[in-house]
Amino acid sequence: MALPAATIEQLGQWEVPEQQIGLWSDALQRFRRNRLAIAGAAVVLLLVLIAFGSPLLVQLHLIADPLKQHVEFIEAAPGQNGYAFGADELGRDTLSRLLFGSRVSLAVGIFVQAIILPIGLAIGLTAGYFGGRIDNLLMRFTDIWYAFPDLLFVLVVVSVFGPSLLTIFGAIALVNWVGLARLVRGQVLSIKEKEFIEAARSSGSAPAKLILKHLLPNSLGPIIVTLTFGIPQAIFLEAVLSFLGVGIQPPTPTWGQMVFDGYENIYANPTSVVFPALAIGFTLLAFSFVGDGLRDALDPRMKR
Amino acid sequence: MAQTLLQVEDLHTQFFTRRGVVRAVDGVSLHIDAGETLGVVGESGCGKTMTALSVLRLVPDPGRITSGRILFRGRDVTKMTDDEIRDFRGNDVAMIFQDPMTSLNPVTKIGSQIEEAMTAHKRFSPQEAGVRGIQLLKRVRVPAAERRVSDYPHQFSGGMRQRAMIAMGLANEPSLLIADEPTTALDVTVQAQIIDLLKQLNRELGTAMMLITHNMALVASLCERVVVMYAGRVVEEGPVERIFKSPQHPYTWSLLRSVPRVDELRKDRLVSIKGLPPDLSNAPPGCKFHPRCPFVIDRCKREEPELAEVAPNQVARCWVLMRNVPEEAAEVTKQVVISEEAAKKLQEIPGAGS
Amino acid sequence: MQAAERQAATVAKTDPIILRVEGAYKYFPVGGLGGLSVRAVDGVDLEIRRGETMGLVGESGCGKSTLARLITALLPVTGGKITFEGQTISTLRGRSLRRIRRKIQMIFQDPFASLDPRMTVGDIIAEPLDNFNIGNHKQRMARVQELLRLVGLNPNFTNRYPHEFSGGQRQRIGIARALAVNPSFIVCDEAVSALDVSIQAQIINLLQDLQREFHLTYLFIAHDLAVVRHLSDRIAVMYLGKVVETADRRSIYEAPQHPYTRALLSSIPVPDPGIERNRAPITLKGEIPSPVNPPSGCRFHPRCPIARAPGICSDQEPPLEPHGHAGQLAACHFAGQI
Repeated sequence: MALPAATIEQLGQWEVPEQQIGLWSDALQRFRRNRLAIAGAAVVLLLVLIAFGSPLLVQLHLIADPLKQHVEFIEAAPGQNGYAFGADELGRDTLSRLLFGSRVSLAVGIFVQAIILPIGLAIGLTAGYFGGRIDNLLMRFTDIWYAFPDLLFVLVVVSVFGPSLLTIFGAIALVNWVGLARLVRGQVLSIKEKEFIEAARSSGSAPAKLILKHLLPNSLGPIIVTLTFGIPQAIFLEAVLSFLGVGIQPPTPTWGQMVFDGYENIYANPTSVVFPALAIGFTLLAFSFVGDGLRDALDPRMKR
Repeated sequence: MAQTLLQVEDLHTQFFTRRGVVRAVDGVSLHIDAGETLGVVGESGCGKTMTALSVLRLVPDPGRITSGRILFRGRDVTKMTDDEIRDFRGNDVAMIFQDPMTSLNPVTKIGSQIEEAMTAHKRFSPQEAGVRGIQLLKRVRVPAAERRVSDYPHQFSGGMRQRAMIAMGLANEPSLLIADEPTTALDVTVQAQIIDLLKQLNRELGTAMMLITHNMALVASLCERVVVMYAGRVVEEGPVERIFKSPQHPYTWSLLRSVPRVDELRKDRLVSIKGLPPDLSNAPPGCKFHPRCPFVIDRCKREEPELAEVAPNQVARCWVLMRNVPEEAAEVTKQVVISEEAAKKLQEIPGAGS
Repeated sequence: MQAAERQAATVAKTDPIILRVEGAYKYFPVGGLGGLSVRAVDGVDLEIRRGETMGLVGESGCGKSTLARLITALLPVTGGKITFEGQTISTLRGRSLRRIRRKIQMIFQDPFASLDPRMTVGDIIAEPLDNFNIGNHKQRMARVQELLRLVGLNPNFTNRYPHEFSGGQRQRIGIARALAVNPSFIVCDEAVSALDVSIQAQIINLLQDLQREFHLTYLFIAHDLAVVRHLSDRIAVMYLGKVVETADRRSIYEAPQHPYTRALLSSIPVPDPGIERNRAPITLKGEIPSPVNPPSGCRFHPRCPIARAPGICSDQEPPLEPHGHAGQLAACHFAGQI
């Protein structure tokens, strides 16, 4: 060919993609534009700070010891005797107990997700990738699990094994992994049909590589969203358990327990119910906003 | 001389995105006479579909018509009230789309959808609409039309769905039918049937047609006149015979030579247009085609040419024009894509055989 | 030029067969009662010689993409045998199957779906190298850059993500990936159909250059007969899971033996208004029947303009036999008579 060979440089000139934004940083940008999500994230951050900082505050004598009872101030009203949020039926500082309550709530939220993640991934990935009989078996197992009434199951587990932190986390995780397993399976099933998976297979990639390098990273977005939404669910379930008296045992302050304690004197001292209830409410809302924001930010159908 | 049906004058349609203003349609003027078939060709993103949607005032958000006039029988579409525009769509101009499946409502019977198109305009009573629905399906050659009016879209094959769409388009006897890539999603043999149908409908009913496509061969087969668009502008326009025989704009010229023809066996390479179409929010200065044009001169980079008459009824937007390009120079376009050193380096796989 | 072509034809004839498909079947069960299945590929024989481009055309649902996936062993065959360089690949599993993938690569249709959006371009192209443990990291990256240069992309793009590229550029990335391990055989499944016309020409030219440079064998699958004819030495036409005609690129147009091939050729418009005025396409009746329950006898008979039905065409399935020019095969009872 004696044609004037147009060199690659010439071809390349007009083929320069303009910007270089990774998918994750792109998602971050979109998350940042969502005001509610940012507000939610701020509340979550505040909660984390409080959870870690509250013992320090006690040491610095900025707040009272949440366990110390002052008989003389039983059912103190807010603002009375230096109790900004009042005191409970045993004369303990409500503010201090509220702050300490965040520790249990956050711990429940996060540790439960930490237990759910490996179970959900293992079952979802296996069922989705191998399909056929394995899928059928695992999904029927999941269905049966799902059919159990959640609360009843947790109550049974907790009353059999005793209300320790570990049992409570474990019990809540055991009723909540089903959603994640189903989601992961669904993701894998749809991604498996994509041409890039065929391409990876025809490049000689082994199953383990397909799962770890292609299927998993591509389902990460929805997984993160599901886990985020799982946090308020777990917090709520723990609060219910505490309210029923089978949660974390007193005197450890938890919001559910506080609602339960204040409930008996609700007419005399409504604030002892209202404050912990508000704390639960705001926390759930904050996590939900963050979850919503993440879902919109990580949506694979990117509007460009 | 035939009467002018649609006259688009200096139309600008822009999209206001976060990344800037996208000039999807950038000063397009064109006209269609009554009963005429006009082809609008160009590659994706050249503004051909947006021009059509602008005519019907159906530009999706965040886009809008920013200036220009669209005269249909002398009435300016851009100034119509919402009621008037609803009446105008379907009654005067109807549009059929590339994908008949997404344009049909999956939970409504085909017949009802055609009737709906008619009763919406109150030109036909419900009884008449029912009878006409079957007639229309027969007209577009759907076999056993009496029975198939009560079918749902999923019971129709791709070709039959496109026929049903055409029947819907014709329901109110519009004087202009805009067909946006009507055969692209169809198989070759079915495509031939639809082209044949469109030809016959144009002949029998005298409906003017605006065919929007990327396929030059389709235009050759169906249209009398052709408008070539690039980067939101008309770059060349003329009767099909002239445009196909002696295109004057390098883009038209390349487009015709970049597609293999089934009736030719060529040993040489296809003409390939280097690079990519420009980003419409940041188009190059001068002629919009100059960065990709093989025959570029200095003037092209500075000044944008106007559409100028190059032959009777043929206009082109170019400083050079193909008739001034010698044969040998045109050979440049058959450029070699790969560099030979790169190929040599690749012959050996590093670490192979280990 | 004609002499050169004749010479090419004789060379092709003596070239060894690199891939042989013998009576390949692929049925997909459709579920439900009755055990019905989609007969996507229903008894296909095909031979591809080293260094040639075999074109495969057909309309949607004819089974050409399924056949591509049988040949690249992405799907197991329901029946029949596929041999590559003398080795039966249709029975391979696991590791030995992965080993053969070094020789057979594939270029996919959809440039948007065929690249993992979460991987960088460098990782995508290096994936096959990584799978076969070729070179160390540095050598791999050097090769990725060479490959990018080869397909006409800037070699500094290795840590960009696919979504930053246009369709044509992504298709080049897909081609670079297919070339990474120096395969001898590449299956292109509708590799240019999703691209704009000017970009399509770039990719077609690139594929031709690469073939000449690396002595590749192609199976080029497309629905566009014009593109297939431009690129291929020989062409096979499929209809409803079967090959109905095979011929070289010249004979297929000049002397098509099967009425379906004729109809297909006559349906394609040509960018020439003069020819178009007088073109009378053979319009086929109806549309392609369902591959779940294909017609009896010759599958094409309900749409065929010359079929004798009821008669031999609806009763007997015609075998794929030599008709017309040398090397041409057609499956029609009346092949010699039209």
